[in-house]
Amino acid sequence: MDILNALVALLNFVVIPAMAYGSQLALGALGVTLIYGILRFSNFAHGDSMAFGAMVTILVTWWFQSMGVSIDPLPTALLALPFGIVGTALMLLATDRVVYRFYRRVKAKPIVFVMASMGVMFIMNGVVRFVIGPDDQRFADGARFIISARDFKSMTGLDEGLAFKTSQGLTIVTAVIVVAALFWFLNKTRTGKSMRAFSDNEDLALLSGINPERVVMITWIIVAGLITIAGVLYGLDKTFKPFTYFQLLLPIFASAIVGGLGSPLGAIAGGFVIAFSEVTVTYAWKKVVTYLLPESLEPSGLVQLMSTDYKFAVSFVILIIVLLFKPTGLFKGQSV
Amino acid sequence: MSQSLRTPFLFALVALLFILEGSSQFWIFSGSWNSSITILNMALISAVMALGVNLQWGYAGLFNVGIMGFVALGGLATVLISMPPTPGAWSGGGFRIVAGLIMGAATIALMIWQHKSMAQGRLRALVMFATLAVGFFVFRWIFDAGVAGVEAINPAQTGYLGGLNPGGQDNYRAHGYMTLLAWPVGALLAAGAAWLVGKTALGLRSDYLAIATLGIAEIILAVVKNEDWLGRGVKNVIGLPRPVPYEVDLQQSTSFIEKADSIGMNVTTASTLAVKLSYSLLFTAVLLVLVILAQLSLKSPWGRMMRAIRDNEVAAQAMGKDVTRRHLQIFVLGSALCGLAGAMMTTLDGQLTPGTYQPLRYTFLIWVMVIVGGSGNNLGAVLGAFVIWFFWIQVEPIGNSVMSFVTSGMSDGSALKSHLLDSAAHMRLFSMGIILLLVLRFSPQGLIPEK
Repeated sequence: MDILNALVALLNFVVIPAMAYGSQLALGALGVTLIYGILRFSNFAHGDSMAFGAMVTILVTWWFQSMGVSIDPLPTALLALPFGIVGTALMLLATDRVVYRFYRRVKAKPIVFVMASMGVMFIMNGVVRFVIGPDDQRFADGARFIISARDFKSMTGLDEGLAFKTSQGLTIVTAVIVVAALFWFLNKTRTGKSMRAFSDNEDLALLSGINPERVVMITWIIVAGLITIAGVLYGLDKTFKPFTYFQLLLPIFASAIVGGLGSPLGAIAGGFVIAFSEVTVTYAWKKVVTYLLPESLEPSGLVQLMSTDYKFAVSFVILIIVLLFKPTGLFKGQSV
Repeated sequence: MSQSLRTPFLFALVALLFILEGSSQFWIFSGSWNSSITILNMALISAVMALGVNLQWGYAGLFNVGIMGFVALGGLATVLISMPPTPGAWSGGGFRIVAGLIMGAATIALMIWQHKSMAQGRLRALVMFATLAVGFFVFRWIFDAGVAGVEAINPAQTGYLGGLNPGGQDNYRAHGYMTLLAWPVGALLAAGAAWLVGKTALGLRSDYLAIATLGIAEIILAVVKNEDWLGRGVKNVIGLPRPVPYEVDLQQSTSFIEKADSIGMNVTTASTLAVKLSYSLLFTAVLLVLVILAQLSLKSPWGRMMRAIRDNEVAAQAMGKDVTRRHLQIFVLGSALCGLAGAMMTTLDGQLTPGTYQPLRYTFLIWVMVIVGGSGNNLGAVLGAFVIWFFWIQVEPIGNSVMSFVTSGMSDGSALKSHLLDSAAHMRLFSMGIILLLVLRFSPQGLIPEK
């Protein structure tokens, strides 16, 4: 029974949270990787665009809530998501038109794009704070748990409860659907194929008559979908605060690079690698260890490798290791 | 306008802004010399940071977005040097902490040695992993007890190792020169961190350095915030000694009172101004020395080599220049300047408050300064620092006046009106973004272009 309890604790505190967090990172990293593959720069405004998408969704959610529209037991935010995606897509297309297109025309160096994205980041940061404020916002509603810890205990008779939050379940399911749709799009449709061709070899793609502006436009629209979904899921799962989205930039970049910049499959793998390492390194293993070891060996401390405040250090260290030993990432991105 | 005229003209214009802030009360100007000098002091410090960034970006084209981390390290150095050692902290666990850190470093060194000397394969991976696991637990075993020992000493007031001030708990303020000693140490600390980052990320794609520096800044800040034994973390260290006199002492000195009276000033105001002005003088001296050095280096063969590398790496490499090594060198130098500025800033504040370090304020704002001023031009970076810092402070009153104009037609107490008025503060980030994008697009050379 103790082994079962340990397993449940492990699932509850490590596997499920890391799966949900990994899905969110993967969606974010897919966006970074797509932009990198097509537009060839690291987008520093990514985290704040994510906050923007989540913000639009939250505003529409509040509007729905005030009108009494709900799809209980699912959160209303799901219903507002399409509006958020459209809003974010419009915003991204506008920034592309106003900011990035000029630099594409003059064939500026990638670092100039990065600088420009820094300016966009500032503006987005200001806009989000201006509209919704810098504080935490609550917008989750509907059923909180798919399985609550108490139900699980009475169901199985174990000492250790397993809580499976709706937001976590939603995150995982949504991520699977989104990723499947994205891969289908990239591999099966004409537009998707032209995007991959453009990413592989720009000149060749241009010669074969692919319209670059159209490819770029579609990329931004897909990115808008990905980041709004990622941002809303993260907000539902944890909390919405503009600054945390800015901070997500590091783990998202790390995921994309670990997987190999420009490789969509790599972005997903990278997201889970980062999420699982972050959670396992910062989790206090005392509970699991106590179940597994005989009483005489019970640990006195928390058995935590690192305090949770160092979770950024984990993504950073993995990033550095990958940069040192395999700069192209796990899935052979286009980098170096 | 030719550049030789343009530079002094622009600097004169900025000087005018500061004079207006001190002397007149129309529009955004507050008419208080106190506020003018406060802005000036921070602008001087920002100028040092901007010089450092310009060294990296303007000379070598390196994109460093970890300025905040290096600034925080400089601040930490100020605490570690200028505060008195906490009585009993070293014997109560300090040596254990150091031993633990040495143990940790030894583990990593051993792993590097194993990586180098053993043949690639599963055995090497296994040995290295075992070393890491054993080393980590030994490190934690030694280190944790030391930390607990140090943090238990009077946690409300100290609970950290303290610094090297020879004055002791009671008399450390008399040794204000210790803060000045901390400045170069801050630069050294930052240089060390930069060396580690540069060693790994330089030589790869240009955006990788950006991402690596973004990461190191977050980690340095996490360490400063959480390692209470080092700098009290978010509990802050307050009351750092000063290299300049205290207001209270000035107010009691008869010669100072006489002087204040002779120019017809209130003694309290005069003392505040005198203290702030002495800081300004100190910072100006540092900035002047740095600008002169930077200008000399730019004109030297070394500076020419750097620009040659920046403009065409392949050609420079073909001429036998070690590009990665030169990049590492300049990256370390520039980061050291940021560390120095961080130490100066903590000295000015008189306290270390890790909770207030924000990447937008300490990293990205400095970038706006460099780009607006003119990347590749030291004077441009300095000018940019003054202009942008002035507007960073003044955007708030500007935003307030814009908002009260916009909302003047709305009824009092409406939710929208109060929201708009409250949000005026966020205009800062927004306007900085706009300025950055406009300059980047329409005048990428900045206010004072590189010759």
